[in-house]
Parts: sequence; structure tokens; C-alpha cells
Amino acid sequence: MSERIPPTRTPVFEERLKKRYAAERRFKLAGIAAIMFSIAVLAFLLVTMTLNGIGGFQRAELTVPIDFTQAGIAGDPVVLSQPGGMQSLEAQDLPSVVEFFAEQELGPQGAAQLGSGAWREVGQAIIDDPSLLNTTATFDLPASPNLAAALNGEGSDETQALAARLVEQGKLETAFDVGFLSRADATDPQQVGIWGALKGSILTMIVTLALAFPIGVLAALYLEEYAPKNRWTDLIEVSINNLAAVPSIIFGLLGLAVFLWIFPSMRSAPLIGGMTLALMTMPVIVISGRNAIKAVPPSIRDGALAIGASPVQVVFHHVLPLALPGILTGTIIGMARALGETAPLLMIGMRAFVASPPDGFTSPATVLPVQIFLWSDEIDRGFVERTSAAIIVLLLFLLVMNGLAIYLRNKFEKKW
Amino acid sequence: MSLTILLLLALGLGLAGWLAARSRAWAFRRASGASAMAALPSYHGWYVALWIVVPMVLFIALWSVVGPHLVSQHVLASPAAADLPAFGFKRESMLAEARAVAMGTAPAVFNDQARALVEPYREAIGRYQAIGIVVTLILGFLGGVWAFLRIKPDFAARTRVERTIMVVLLLASLVAILTTLGIFASLVFETIRFFGMVNPVDFLFGTHWGPDPMSSAANPDSSRYGAIPLFWGTIYIGAIIAMIVAIPLGLMSAIYLTQYAKPAVRAWVKPALEILAGVPTVVYGYFAALTVAPAIRDLALAAGMSNPSSESALAAGLVMGVMIIPFVSSMADDSIAAVPQAMRDGSLAMGATTSETIRRVLVPAALPGIVAGVMLAISRAIGETMIVVMAASTAANLSGNPLEAMTTVTVQIVAMLTGEGSFDHPATLSAFALGFVLFLVTLGLNFIALRVVKRFREAYE
Repeated sequence: MSERIPPTRTPVFEERLKKRYAAERRFKLAGIAAIMFSIAVLAFLLVTMTLNGIGGFQRAELTVPIDFTQAGIAGDPVVLSQPGGMQSLEAQDLPSVVEFFAEQELGPQGAAQLGSGAWREVGQAIIDDPSLLNTTATFDLPASPNLAAALNGEGSDETQALAARLVEQGKLETAFDVGFLSRADATDPQQVGIWGALKGSILTMIVTLALAFPIGVLAALYLEEYAPKNRWTDLIEVSINNLAAVPSIIFGLLGLAVFLWIFPSMRSAPLIGGMTLALMTMPVIVISGRNAIKAVPPSIRDGALAIGASPVQVVFHHVLPLALPGILTGTIIGMARALGETAPLLMIGMRAFVASPPDGFTSPATVLPVQIFLWSDEIDRGFVERTSAAIIVLLLFLLVMNGLAIYLRNKFEKKW
Repeated sequence: MSLTILLLLALGLGLAGWLAARSRAWAFRRASGASAMAALPSYHGWYVALWIVVPMVLFIALWSVVGPHLVSQHVLASPAAADLPAFGFKRESMLAEARAVAMGTAPAVFNDQARALVEPYREAIGRYQAIGIVVTLILGFLGGVWAFLRIKPDFAARTRVERTIMVVLLLASLVAILTTLGIFASLVFETIRFFGMVNPVDFLFGTHWGPDPMSSAANPDSSRYGAIPLFWGTIYIGAIIAMIVAIPLGLMSAIYLTQYAKPAVRAWVKPALEILAGVPTVVYGYFAALTVAPAIRDLALAAGMSNPSSESALAAGLVMGVMIIPFVSSMADDSIAAVPQAMRDGSLAMGATTSETIRRVLVPAALPGIVAGVMLAISRAIGETMIVVMAASTAANLSGNPLEAMTTVTVQIVAMLTGEGSFDHPATLSAFALGFVLFLVTLGLNFIALRVVKRFREAYE
């Protein structure tokens, strides 16, 4: 039996193989293209935000020296340190004083381009240091939105000429705006700041963490370690899985209908916002916590039980400490999600205009993402850069939190 | 703040009880030997501390809810309150003003009538605060003494403490059920009120949406509450345009990452996709409104369309699709990884190229999982709010043209609840009805998807 096997590599086969390899290359290219697209979008997003945002950390400032010895403003440190300090300065006509010196320095045209609330920054400086009133001090005061636009080459020719003249004299410049990180919301983009929203976010996150972390961890421990297999346990599991997938705006409706019904006077308060976000974050913590607890090997439990520990001691002395890094990673990721959440907070009234940073958990506040949303709605061009700057602050916070989570995961991850 | 002080007081008393009880238990142990003790001394300490802290904290929580109501009742009963306007906004604002001054959060009152109320408020707040503090202290003291007297060498303190811990654990896990019930109850309750004013058939099948929050609430025009255009806009943006972007890109990313990419590439690309998933939706919304929507408008103008919308469904849908890519990719990643290695090896051994193996073997085998992932992605897309609020329109429009403005369910929920309408108006209540529909649909999608995933996993185990 020496029948010859025909050669497999016939010309037809070669032709087909070439086609198949071409299809293979095309398919692989499509995969690369899909990934490149996602990365390109991410890069584009980050680059546009950064380029726009750099301008948002700066503002146009006019340099005005003020000789307080001529102004005749009485500055009793005791009066100034009280809540009404700014009013007492206003009553002594500080605005006119500022305007007068601005006119001397910049001319009537230039003084008209001083930002409307600029005197408040002078007033704040006096309150911080009343001894200024015996000296001549130089202030960098915010310019009006018109002049700021003119400095960027927009607006009427007249203002642009004025801006050019002032720049030449060294009295108008774009400077890094330190105050952006310490002020709150305002109607003038030259005078807005991010601290009010940031503080609101921090207060809200404290409430969220204080509620969601203990409840989430305890629920995860119960479900993973103690819960009997019955209908109730199934019901708890089903509702946790469903809550993790419910759209965030629904939690806002819950907060509006339930929390604001119980505490009607706390609209816009970080306490209510934190409670609403805690309900949203809790399922995330439970799910990641259960995975971390599941990863602790049974031999640890058996060992502890064998030397006489009670079931509660086994869990709280041995299982929980070993699972904690995993639980913390999940918690940080859940908190990062809560920090970027906007929709539920709109529902419970955290979109109000709040011109001063919140004092506590029950005073009206706004949070970073809502502030971004509010500024993005403003018509004034100056807000575009400010919005991007606020986005950069938010993204930095998220980056730090996610970085921390990845660090924890890598440092404490154990293979048993 | 008196609340903080009270809580600190409770903790301080608890600590004192813990120390006292522990030292008493140590005394017993020294007297009768360690083997005679039913529990370690620290468990006796915890037992007493719980008996002090738990009643105190429960009462503080109760008092902080009930107290303010009692205070305002007391003030309203005072003679100064007799001149107040009988009801309405003015009365509320005066009461709030007087309360703020009495509590020291506001410097002065502007209204004379409110000024008369400051003193009664101050008195009432002082009195009820004093009552609260005294009752809290008495409760903590009684609890502590009772528990302290029960400490004996053979007292099983550990089992008591552990039983309490188990109850706390159970309560914590019940929070999930309570939340679900709370969502369900609040949505159902307000929806029923809405359907008392507007015919459900008109709502679910009407094609004209244009509630007027300023119209009379008594006799609403049912024909203005037809939600079909909203449902269509939601499906068109979230389930059609976004998925046309997200499914191919997400699926191909997952295939490349699992089948082709070297580990080093994978180690860099996966975190990048995770960052894309972690960008807050408000940032995507800003990006859509500021960059994508004008670009699409310019393109439409260049293509010869007259007066294209700057709030097109296409812009919102495209950006939403990009947002969903990482989600689809990770779901597809999981289901492809769940296909047994033997199927892949078998196909390759028969001479199939990698792409043929993927297209003919892996993807068909992983299809149920991929479909479930897509369903979860759709449920996420239709519930997404900020992108559409910022980039889509508020005008309802029943159209198939992606360049036209469209609105969605979530946009309308935000619009109806952040407006000026009163809480009893059908326009405001319609937000809850829309939320209920959204809740049911996402719940249904998730339920089916999770079942599919579960059956699919079992098939290969």
C-alpha cells in the first residue's frame, strides 16, 4: 500500500491561506483600533481639560496701592474680628476708598474696570491684619470680566486698548489665583473659588463614610460568616445586588421623599447628601467586602475554632483583620464613585447658590461635581476656564483615591 | 453643639463603666480563680459599657428627632405666637428666623413679630435641652448600675455581648432590604398620587409631553402627560446610539486584551480603561456639551442641514457610548475568560487562525454572557443622568433623526424636581412616576441579565 498522499499545499490552498492570514491581520488591527480609540478619547479629554483649566487657576489682576493713613477708616480689632466686621468697613465707606485710589492709580477708565466686589478682598485683608490701616499697602485686585476678556484678546477694541495700556504700565497682569482654592461660589467668574464646594464635598464624604463603612462591613460579615441559608438571606442578597445596579438618580428620589420628609429644614445639607450617598455606596462595600472575606482561607477559621475561640472571636480577631485591606480597597473605590456623583445631590437641593463655605453638617452646601454642573450652565465666558479648573481639582482627588486603592491592593494582596 | 457633647458624654460614661466592671471582674477572678469565671474580665466590661451606651444613644437619637417638634409646639402655644399669620410661607419664615437667632446661628431678627418669638424659643430650647440631658444621664446611669450589679463570677457576660453583636450584624444587613423597601414605597406612593390626577393610560401611551408646572393643580390636562416621547428618547440615546458605539469597541477591546495583547501591554491598557470608567459623569457631560455637541452641529451645517440642533441626541449618545465602553469590555472579558481553555485549544489544533477561533468558537460560546453584559450596560445607560442633562434637550421630540434634539426620562426627572413647582402639582409628581418606570425597567434588565449569567456559568462548570 504505497498510495501517494497528494500535497496539501496546493495553489488553491495557498491562495486561501493568504486570505485567511489577511483576515487575521485585519481582525487584530480592529482590536488595536478599538483600544487606541478609547485611549485617544481619554487623552483628548485630559488634555483639553488641562489646557482650559490652567487658565482657570489664573485671573486678571489690577495693582492698586492704597494709602490707609489718608482714608480715615477706624479699625478696632475687636469689632473687626466679629461677624459684622465687613459691614462695619462697608459703613465706613471702604468701597469708595478703594475706588478713589484705583482712580488715582489707573485713571477713571481703569477704575471702572475693577471687579464689582474687589473692595471685599481689601476688607478681608484688613480684618486679617488691622495694622494695615496705618500703612500704605499694595493690593492685587480682580479686574472686571470685560477687562479679563479683553486681556485674552476678546471684546470691544476700546477695552482691548485699555488692557494693552495697563499691561504696558505693569498695572494689569494675569497671575496665579491663590484665592481660587480658598473662596466660595460667586456671580462674577473673577471672584469665584472652589473651597466652598470642596468643603461641602469633604463634609458629605465624612457622613457617607461614617454610615456606609460600618454598615457595609457588618452586613458583609453577617452574610458571609453567619447567615443561615434561607429565604430571608436570599432576599437580603437579591436586594443588595439590585441596589448596586439601581440608577443613582433613584437614590436622589428616595432622599427627597424620605430624608427631606423627616428633616424638612435640612435641604442642601451635607448630612442629607451624605446619607443619600451612603445608601448608594453601601452595596459596593458589601460586595467587595464579601469577596475579601471569602478570600480568607477556611484553615484560619478552623485553627481559631480548634483552640477554643467563639464564632464571634474567630471573625473579629482573625478573619476581619486579614480581610481588611481588601475591604478598604473596595471602600475607597466606592467613595471615589460617591465623590463624583451629581444626580442624586441635585434632587435633594444641593444645587443652591451658596456664597460661603458651609459651617457644619447641617448648613446649606454644594459639592464639587454639582459646582461643575452649575458653572457649566453659566453664560459668561470666564466660567468655561473656571469649570475646567474645578474638573482638574475633582479629577486630582479621584486620582489620589484610586491610586491609594491600587497601592493598598498591591501591598496587602496575599496569595494563600 | 449639644448633640456632640451628649454623644461624648455617653462614650465617657461607657468607658467609665467598662473600667469599673472590668476591675470588679478582676477582683472576682483574683478571689475565686480564673477557672471559676464564665467570661474574661473585659467581656464584663463590654457588657456594662453596652448597657450604658446603647440606651443613651437610642434616647439621644429619638430626642434629636422629637425635640424640635416639641419646641415648636411649645412656642406656638405661647402668647407671642397668637399674632402670627395663620399659615403659609410667611409664618414659616418668621419661625425659622426666630429659631435661628435663639440658637445663635443668626445675629439679629429683622421682623418685629419674629423678635417677640425669640425669647419663647430660647426658653423652650433651653428647657427641652435640659430635659434631654437629664433623661439621657438617668438612662445611662440606671443601665450601668443594673448591669454592674449582675456581674458575678459565673455570669456569662461573653454570650450576652456576642448575642448583641449578632443582633447588630443582622440589623446592618437588613439596611439593604429597608433601602429597597424605602425606594419602592416612596416611588409607589407618589406615583399613586400622580395617577390620581392623570390617567395612567394617557401617561403610558400618550405621545405629547409638555407639563406646565404653573397651571392649576386642581384640574390637570391629562393629554400633556404622554410619556412615549421620553421613553423613545431614552431608548434612542441610551440603547441604540450609545450601544452602536459601545458594543463593537468594548467587545474588540476585550478580545484584543484577552487574546492578543502581551502582558506588558495589558498591564498598561487595563488601568487606562479603568480610568475612563472612573471619570465622573458630570465631566463627560461637560465634554459632550462643550466639545462634541458643537462639533456635530458644525458637521451637520457643513452637510447642508439648515438650523441643526446644538443639543442633538447624537452628541449625548456618542459620549454615553464612550462612557460605557469600559463596562462592556470588562463584562465581555469575564465571559470570554469563562470559556474552557480546551475549546480554544481544540480549535487552534484543527488549524484555525486565532481570529477564526475567536469568531467561530469563543464568541459564540461566550455569547450568553456577552448579551447579559450588554443588557447591564443598557440598564446603566438609560439610568445615566448627567450626560443627558447637560448635552440633550429638555424638549420632547418623537423623531428618528439623530441630529434632532431629544429628551430622556432622567432629564425630565431633574427638570421637574429642580423647578419652582409645588410638591402637590402633577408636573412635580410625574417625576416620581417616571422614576418608578425607570426603576422597574432597570430592575427587570438586571434580573434577567443576572439569571442568564448564572445559567451560563453553570453550563461550563
